[in-house]
Amino acid sequence: MDIRRIMETVNMIDNENLDLRTTTMGISLLDCIDSDSDHACQKIYDKITSKAENLVKVAKDLETEYGIPIANKRITVTPIALIAAASGDKDYVKYAITLDKAAKAVGVDLIGGFSALVHKGYQSGDRVLIESIPQALAETERVCASVNVGSTRSGINMDAVAQMGDIVIQNEKINPLQNGNLVIFCNAVEDNPFMAGGFHGVGEADVALNVGVSGPGVVKTALEKVRGESMDVVAETIKQTAFKVTRMGQLVGQEASKRLGVDFGIVDLSLAPTPAQGDSVANILEEIGLESVGTHGTTAALAMLNDAVKKGGIMACSHVGGLSGAFIPESEDAGMIAAAEKGILTVDKLEAMTAVCSVGLDMIAVPGDTPSETISAMIADEAAIGMINNKTTAVRVIPVPGKDVGDSIEFGGLFGYAPIMPVHKESSAKMIHRGGRIPAPVHSFKN
Amino acid sequence: MRAILTTVGQDKTGIIAGVSTFLAERGINILDLSQTIMKGYFTMMMVVDVDDSADFSALSSDLTGLGKKMGVEINIRNEKMYAAMHELSGGLD
Repeated sequence: MDIRRIMETVNMIDNENLDLRTTTMGISLLDCIDSDSDHACQKIYDKITSKAENLVKVAKDLETEYGIPIANKRITVTPIALIAAASGDKDYVKYAITLDKAAKAVGVDLIGGFSALVHKGYQSGDRVLIESIPQALAETERVCASVNVGSTRSGINMDAVAQMGDIVIQNEKINPLQNGNLVIFCNAVEDNPFMAGGFHGVGEADVALNVGVSGPGVVKTALEKVRGESMDVVAETIKQTAFKVTRMGQLVGQEASKRLGVDFGIVDLSLAPTPAQGDSVANILEEIGLESVGTHGTTAALAMLNDAVKKGGIMACSHVGGLSGAFIPESEDAGMIAAAEKGILTVDKLEAMTAVCSVGLDMIAVPGDTPSETISAMIADEAAIGMINNKTTAVRVIPVPGKDVGDSIEFGGLFGYAPIMPVHKESSAKMIHRGGRIPAPVHSFKN
Repeated sequence: MRAILTTVGQDKTGIIAGVSTFLAERGINILDLSQTIMKGYFTMMMVVDVDDSADFSALSSDLTGLGKKMGVEINIRNEKMYAAMHELSGGLD
């Protein structure tokens, strides 16, 4: 092989932050259902610790052999609301503690699936699970929760939207950082390897390995070589780069699943930024020619970026899934943080951007006195974008007690920090208190 | 396993000899070798045949140590990594 090609790869890894963002093992817990919650929790612990026993070791072996960092090793499980419903328990904190213990036993960073799917209505377990979220997140370190409140096929459950605003505020009162582990979705996917919104859907295999790739730094560097060229050239460059990045995910995922003896699920073709210098989606948009992310043209540039990443990535791997698109979290992207601090990037602009990329209002810090109805209304707006555009959208919003615009909150590590962004002061309460359901849109009736 | 060993650093005498001797002492055969100067740095690529039973992790860290001693950067990776990235059907089953 040509030495220049070899060195291109070496450079991507050594200097452009190329890594495999996550290897995530999805584990079905449907065979752990038991009317006795103690028995159920024992079965859950045993299954997770046996199926994922070698996950971290295999990932570390592959890191050495392929010389590529695998930033996170994680687990997703069947939504616990479905598993725990048979128990009749009044809260499901015990299940969350079990997930946390299992995650620690096998050495994964996070475990997702303390989840409920209520896009059309609640079953008995959904209500208990949602009410348990604040305490469950308070008593665990590695558990992630998610709730799906809407879908293109069924519309938006506005009762759930209202309730999730309250849950976010309850989390805020216990510890605002808890909201970093809670995602509220529309059109949640069953094979998402990324956290905090990952869970293992009921249509999935008993155990499957999904991987999420990243590589904003690699795309940025590639675009530096085509400055002044037309958008056609920019799109083509991103496509070719995405192919290379994604192929690495396909290779490592294939090898990992073979060694673990489990199905290889999907590759999630995402550009997932980190706060590290040179690992920013915002900086890609600025390289395309915007003075700052958030200014006019941002949505168009992001739409092209997201589409080109998919086009390159789809060709590179056998099965694509998860969220697959560019992530635009506020706190995890140095360029987004800078633009938000200057007031150029606003919640309204971010909302527009979420119509053309994955996933939604992510890691957005807002003033501590934001009413729950305003949080709910933000969730409703994002869910509407997802419902109408037939795509996944999500909200991970973090009200910070005692802080206002001009302040910031530190999350630490990969989560970075976030300046508090202004939200509209005008009330949405009367609409949120209506409850009920927003009917499914006309274009969902495709049969 | 076929692996690709890369060496990058300031050009000086003895780099190829140093790396080759290290490999020979461990019974690792060199299948292909090319070198060039890229951005002013000596850049070498070797395709090597590593026994499947070898401790790849130890080999990798020994090579990193050798690189430090010689003032260059040495990495070794499974060849599939490069093939998958740069060839349409490369590296994959």
